[in-house]
Amino acid sequence: MKFIDEFRDHTRARQTLEHITTLVERICRDRAAPLRIMEVCGGHTHAIFHYGLEAMLPKQLELIHGPGCPVCVLPMGRVDDCLAIAERPEVILATFGDAIRVPGSRKSLLQAKAEGADVRIVYSPMDALDLAIRHPEREVVFFGLGFETTIPSTALTITQAQRQRITNFSVFCNHITIIPTLKAILENPDHRLDGFLGPGHVSMIIGTEPYRFIAEHYRCPVVISGFEPLDMLQSLLMVVRQLHDGRAEVENQYQRLVSRDGNPAALQAVHEVYESRQSCEWRGLGPIEDSGMQIRQAYAAYDAERKFSLPNQQVADPEALRCGEVLTGNLKPWQCELFGSQCSPESPCGALMVSSEGACAAYFQYGGPRAEQHEEVSP
Amino acid sequence: MCLGIPGQIITIDDIDNRLATVDVSGVRRQINIACIIDDAHPPESCVGDWVLVHVGFALNRIDAAAAERTLAMLDMLGDTHELDALIDSQEKRQ
Ligand code: SF4
Repeated sequence: MKFIDEFRDHTRARQTLEHITTLVERICRDRAAPLRIMEVCGGHTHAIFHYGLEAMLPKQLELIHGPGCPVCVLPMGRVDDCLAIAERPEVILATFGDAIRVPGSRKSLLQAKAEGADVRIVYSPMDALDLAIRHPEREVVFFGLGFETTIPSTALTITQAQRQRITNFSVFCNHITIIPTLKAILENPDHRLDGFLGPGHVSMIIGTEPYRFIAEHYRCPVVISGFEPLDMLQSLLMVVRQLHDGRAEVENQYQRLVSRDGNPAALQAVHEVYESRQSCEWRGLGPIEDSGMQIRQAYAAYDAERKFSLPNQQVADPEALRCGEVLTGNLKPWQCELFGSQCSPESPCGALMVSSEGACAAYFQYGGPRAEQHEEVSP
Repeated sequence: MCLGIPGQIITIDDIDNRLATVDVSGVRRQINIACIIDDAHPPESCVGDWVLVHVGFALNRIDAAAAERTLAMLDMLGDTHELDALIDSQEKRQ
């Protein structure tokens, strides 16, 4: 397949790996701690495990699986609010498949569906709008989740609904933005990160400029990366090369899709419909200033939060869950006591076990041997 | 959730509602192309373009020349002996 197969080529991958290893060995000659590079995006986390990249990399290069899985960082209280909407008899709740198994404090959407709520999985928010057109007697609510990659699509769906004067459609908006979150992670004095793989598809919307502060202020290299194995290896090589040369810059490996300024039409659509929320709660990370989006007053008729009264309670995660520490890279999934015993993909306690983009589910599925290997090296 | 897939625009179906059909490795689907049209790229001109498809929307055009450049950079890596030699020469110069 065009734009995919070439980026899975074995020979090129092997060569790139050798270069990474050579440079990492050189860098680590005079440092005790391994290099810690965070892949921000859950799509990257998934690709790393799917292709077994982590096992191929030199041991002194540690990948930290960041907070870029929107399902994983959705707080329990928001899931409960979504359930309250879904359980209303007039509502059809339309959602992406990823979100259906996220545990709320009582149950997940999947359990609510089994108990009779009308919950439907859709591929696109436009499909949810179609449902509203086909069922004028019902209220169709779309569970709007995701980072900048997904935000333009719900924004454009809302403007389309307004153009077509559809009144039985709304969005329960849980959109979040990545930059304030990266800042929050870097502000934590014990983050110990040496560099970042930047999220390719978020960046295709927002461009490369918003990451500049990471390089300039925090002196950390950032390389915006594509999602094929070669993309990721090349990006890692670029980060490692910056570290080797003592540079901290924003570089763009994913030039076939990402430009400096992003996509103006998509940004315009987002700006038209959404504004930033003052503070937004992230599961595992707590509240982060300006990191969430909400629907503007002009589109209030399409805002499920205004349309329905919601319990809107903050629900703390149970103590035993260590998702927050795993999210920030301070704990490995298997170091959580619940990992694999009480918490597994079939019956997840924490959201990191739900989606294939969550670090815990990825380790559970692919990561066994690597986990033991790590325990040997890190005392 | 942020994953997307390359597809090629086959037909423009509805200019007013910005709908087009893409082919994603043999599978056809109608998508919204509002994010990839502007004065320089009116809808009619988009047929044949490769785009990144995500949740039913074309989010950007894929730049084939840039893809080539990226691969060419990898092909220029050469083997690691060359890299070693290069770094050594750099370090000596410093
Ligand atoms: S194993 Fe489960 S509870 Fe523990 S950190 Fe992972 S997702 Fe959270």
